[in-house]
Amino acid sequence: MIRIALAALIIISACGRQSAGPDPIPEINAEDVVSGYSFLTAETQALQDDDFANPGFLWVDRGERLFESTQGVSQSCSSCHSDGLVGAAATFPKIDPASGALINLEGRINMCRKDHQQADQLPYTSDELLSLTSYTAHQSRGMPINVDTIGQAAKHLSAGEDYFFTRRGQFNLSCAQCHNQSWGQKLRGDTISQGHGNGFPAYRFEWQSMGSLHQRLRDCDTGIRAEPLPYGDQTYVDVELYLAARAAGLKLESPAVRR
Amino acid sequence: MASIRLSVPSKAASGDVIELKALIQYPMESGYRRGSRGEAIARDIITKFECTYDGEVIFKASFGPGVAANPFLSFHTVATKTGTITFKWTHQHGEVWSDSAEIIVT
Repeated sequence: MIRIALAALIIISACGRQSAGPDPIPEINAEDVVSGYSFLTAETQALQDDDFANPGFLWVDRGERLFESTQGVSQSCSSCHSDGLVGAAATFPKIDPASGALINLEGRINMCRKDHQQADQLPYTSDELLSLTSYTAHQSRGMPINVDTIGQAAKHLSAGEDYFFTRRGQFNLSCAQCHNQSWGQKLRGDTISQGHGNGFPAYRFEWQSMGSLHQRLRDCDTGIRAEPLPYGDQTYVDVELYLAARAAGLKLESPAVRR
Repeated sequence: MASIRLSVPSKAASGDVIELKALIQYPMESGYRRGSRGEAIARDIITKFECTYDGEVIFKASFGPGVAANPFLSFHTVATKTGTITFKWTHQHGEVWSDSAEIIVT
């Protein structure tokens, strides 16, 4: 009897992060959720708001040229998507109905290249792919992030959530410790943000370049001295979904400017 | 070819003060950094910028290794005549990128 009760207790404590430790970290209150934009200095905000000076537009411009030009053997992106892809980026990552896999914008673009354009796959860190994601994301600028988290996406959401709340690396920190528990406080000279992905692809001063959300996640993992996952890794796509669900309702800002 | 973005008003009244803006995509590698294997990364920067209005130089600048990537410049001039405003960037090894815009002055 005791043994059964003990087993039940172990099962209960193994399920859900709320019981994962003595001091669980709560979610951010819905009314407190704000974009990383609000943690920037006025000068950086002004740079993001100026569609000419914002250096992210160099990638958006290039993405537009790529979108309009013939790729592979047959056609351009715009031969199918003649009205662009307004609103599409705000719904990614999403389940691909054909394969049942969760894919992000990068994955979707490469899938189109393979299936419809017979073009080569663009490497995750290539300037071409970054330009295409920047252009596509920019077309959803100002629209609220709205991802589907039910059905087949549910298990990806919970895998992403697990990653977010799991302590890792030599510093033994989880994403939640900084971005849920300590946002608004100082980490050296910087204010810790809430860790939303709604500005990505974004231009970061630290990179002196545009970069993908996976590049940002790798930087965070490196920062806590954990082993970063490879670009395009399925776990990072799951984290992307969790971050999007967590940021639901925030407006997409790409090309945002971040520190 | 480096990507260039220009902002020049398409028309202006004679005597108007107009703002000109120019952005070029360039890494501006300072020459002071090292790669992941400790090897020195060579300096690779644009060293000169020049803006001409109908052939006359109205603004020029020298860039050093401390200038950030994708340098952005904004400056003013007085609209005097209809003509071409040309922006020219020169690389440390002499390569030149340029772009221009027309302005109609009434």
